[in-house]
Amino acid sequence: MRQHIVSVRTNVTIFLILQLLLVATVALAYVPLGKMHLTTSLTIAVAKAVLIVLYFMHIRWSRKLNWVFASASLVWFALLLALTMSDYLTRDWLPIPGK
Amino acid sequence: MSLLQEERVRERDYLTSEYTLKSWLLTTDHKRIGLMYMVSITFFFFIGGAAATLMRLELMTPKGDILHSPDAYNRLFTMHGIVMVFFFLIPSIPAVLGNFLLPLMIGARDLAFPRLNLLSWYIYMIGGLVALFVLIFGGIDTGWTFYTPFSSMFSNTMVVPAAASVFITGFSSILTGMNIIVTTHTMRAPGMTWFRLPLFVWGHYATSLIFVLGTPVLAISLALLAAERLLHLGIFDPALGGDPILFQHLFWFYSHPAVYIMVLPGMAVVSEIVPCFARRPIFGYKFIAISSLAIAVLSFFVWGHHMFVSGQSMYGGMIFSILSFLVAIPSGIKVFNWTATLYKGSIRLDTPMLYALGFIGLFTIGGLTGLMLATMAIDVHVHDTYFIVAHFHYIMVGGAVMAYMGGIHFWWPKMTGRMYPEMMGKLSALLVFIGFHLTFFPQFILGYLGMPRRYFEYDPEFQVLNVMSTAGASILAVGYVLPLVYLLLSLKIGPIAGPNPWNATGLEWQTSSPPPPHNFDETPVVTVGPYAYSPEATEEAINHERD
Amino acid sequence: MSATETGAAQETTTTADPLLYHHFDDLEQQNDTSILGMWAFLATEVMFFGGLFVAYALFRHQHWTAFVEASRFQNVMLGAVNTSVLLTSSLTMAMAVRSSHLNQRKPVVWYLIATMVLGSAFLGIKGYEYHAHYEEHLAPGVNWDWEKAKTHGERSDYTEPPKASPLAGANGTRYVSDPSIGEKAKLYYFLYFFMTGLHAFHMVIGLIAVGLIAYLAQKNWVSGCGATHIEVTGLYWHFIDVIWVFLYPLLYLIEPGRS
Repeated sequence: MRQHIVSVRTNVTIFLILQLLLVATVALAYVPLGKMHLTTSLTIAVAKAVLIVLYFMHIRWSRKLNWVFASASLVWFALLLALTMSDYLTRDWLPIPGK
Repeated sequence: MSLLQEERVRERDYLTSEYTLKSWLLTTDHKRIGLMYMVSITFFFFIGGAAATLMRLELMTPKGDILHSPDAYNRLFTMHGIVMVFFFLIPSIPAVLGNFLLPLMIGARDLAFPRLNLLSWYIYMIGGLVALFVLIFGGIDTGWTFYTPFSSMFSNTMVVPAAASVFITGFSSILTGMNIIVTTHTMRAPGMTWFRLPLFVWGHYATSLIFVLGTPVLAISLALLAAERLLHLGIFDPALGGDPILFQHLFWFYSHPAVYIMVLPGMAVVSEIVPCFARRPIFGYKFIAISSLAIAVLSFFVWGHHMFVSGQSMYGGMIFSILSFLVAIPSGIKVFNWTATLYKGSIRLDTPMLYALGFIGLFTIGGLTGLMLATMAIDVHVHDTYFIVAHFHYIMVGGAVMAYMGGIHFWWPKMTGRMYPEMMGKLSALLVFIGFHLTFFPQFILGYLGMPRRYFEYDPEFQVLNVMSTAGASILAVGYVLPLVYLLLSLKIGPIAGPNPWNATGLEWQTSSPPPPHNFDETPVVTVGPYAYSPEATEEAINHERD
Repeated sequence: MSATETGAAQETTTTADPLLYHHFDDLEQQNDTSILGMWAFLATEVMFFGGLFVAYALFRHQHWTAFVEASRFQNVMLGAVNTSVLLTSSLTMAMAVRSSHLNQRKPVVWYLIATMVLGSAFLGIKGYEYHAHYEEHLAPGVNWDWEKAKTHGERSDYTEPPKASPLAGANGTRYVSDPSIGEKAKLYYFLYFFMTGLHAFHMVIGLIAVGLIAYLAQKNWVSGCGATHIEVTGLYWHFIDVIWVFLYPLLYLIEPGRS
């Protein structure tokens, strides 16, 4: 049997925080942030995701192994993104055409 | 044991517990599923082999004379690649031997998700059927790598169905990978700690990490290819804002680790065979275990080494080059450890050992040439030549296929309860080894001299080496057909095998051959580590056998 | 030999439990395994969507202006409402899981039904958005026509750029006539439809799963520790929510207020 049962209060609190973060994300999108738009919206999205994963998906009270699986998948996605973009972001650094 | 007693004991093994077709097609027994996979992949192996045969026949002469057009050759090498990679090599050891042995090795009654296991076989068969359909209706000509923009814009063949067949089969891999990972975590017998696991399990666990994390990206790359081909959106068309290299990044993100999917299980098999036939515990167990994980992880960092000349940035290429050097290290560690295991061992050159030793030598050559290719300065010259073809065949055929054959022979008595004829086994292993070298070593030279790959015509100066290669291929073919014959025959006329004909350690040898449906009469409790071999114990065992 | 015949574990206490599969030793092992299995599957889903996120990242990086302009046709508020709906469905799903741990059958069923309703609402709004895009000729491969989209059809979701926009062209057109912007915008909409479409596909599967589990819970098929099925479905449902949490800002909020 699962050891931990989430209280109604916890569930509702997290839910309300998530909705607040949603409002924040939309509001900030209309504020002129210049280059910081992507960073801001992604930071809020990550915060929301972390809350959902920790609380709704129970990671906070689960076996360490589940946490490892969850983190590993994110790390792997980051790897795919980072190494792929490392090609595109370093193009035209040399005066050789196509390199 | 009297014949009657033997019969009674064998009454309730997993093969004879039920005979109906339904009991096979709806089985959730990992052992039966392993056998079903074995039949399926053998079928595809011979289809891929047929394509190779036609290619090598064509390449005996510099002109294109056997095939009616260059297009036909393009279709042949594409189907050879797709069938061999996706329908034979990738499933081979994990889906056949992994499925069969993993629960036995950890002392479990089945894998974690037996129904998903059956589903994975059905998904594989559906993907295979679609691939057969494509094959019958002319195949495709893009190469197994489906490079854009040719595949997305210019090819006139059935690219979308071919991509679909690979997409579908990918889910079979994903399910197998999930099953193996979860099983290893949660279903080990009491006392079976991680560092008491056979290295076969470590190797398959590492392979499954790649299955789970890499295959979905291949699926997306093929889905994007299909969308591009059907809707002409410009994802991979520079004139419309797209980028063909994006396809390559997504494709190789999976396909490079995929080659480790093909070789890690082979290494896992070798790690089981070598200690048994050297009668010594494996040297550096923890190093081999951790190296397996390291290979799986590092394999994801290096995919750009397939793209040095594709238009990738120079700096991107440098990063990938350095990381590719790194991934060779754990493989090297394994080779050293196997060799050290042999040192002062009581070596018996039975068939599985011949295959395992062949693996070690051929994989080393393949791996070293891999280091050469990781060096950008060399790769820009030999990319898309036969040097590459030789490199990967040394690993795929000299490595993975030999390990698969070794594993099949080693565990044949366990799976079927019969022994194969040892002389035939040794003969086939020898034929494969000789045939392999004759086929592929000349290809290193050909590539270095500049013969391009995927060409059906070549300069007459390359003919001698090509003829050697084709001659080797014919010997190799005999080496592969023979086991098909004698292994099948052994089912009827082979001597009945006991539970442990090799006197090997490992839980799978503590149960009957073939095992009962639920694997063990009593859940084993593990108190010792794996590979508790010693030459003295062997002497005793051999003397005991003679009684 | 009796243990051999039944194939059961040596312990006999668990053979009484109809929820225990034969290859597990006890319910706890079965639970842990199922949940770990779902996490392994979710890892594959992260990588699956991940490939699309990479394509998105690349094209957004290379075609920034086109992406900004293309995203102007998105209905930011409707997307926000949709996000809110989906977050609420996560709440009801979490409550369903909680109730299943407390063995409360009726609340389980009601929360699951609520989840389905909210999920369907999400899909309904999505469908409305898709239809709107279709009407505006923003469906790549179907009726894509950037010129027509620019001069604006009947729908009023379209956000006008402020009058001082440097992109406002002559003759009342809202954008400079630049075919390459149109083609790049096509890539944006392809990614929009593919990513949200794939997401919606996963939601449909999720809805079916939730519906099935609700039905089974109603029939009292799952109870106590067998409630793993509900928990596992919950994990899947929350994951779909997480994906949308990233899709929304990336696709709708590129720079809606930009002049």
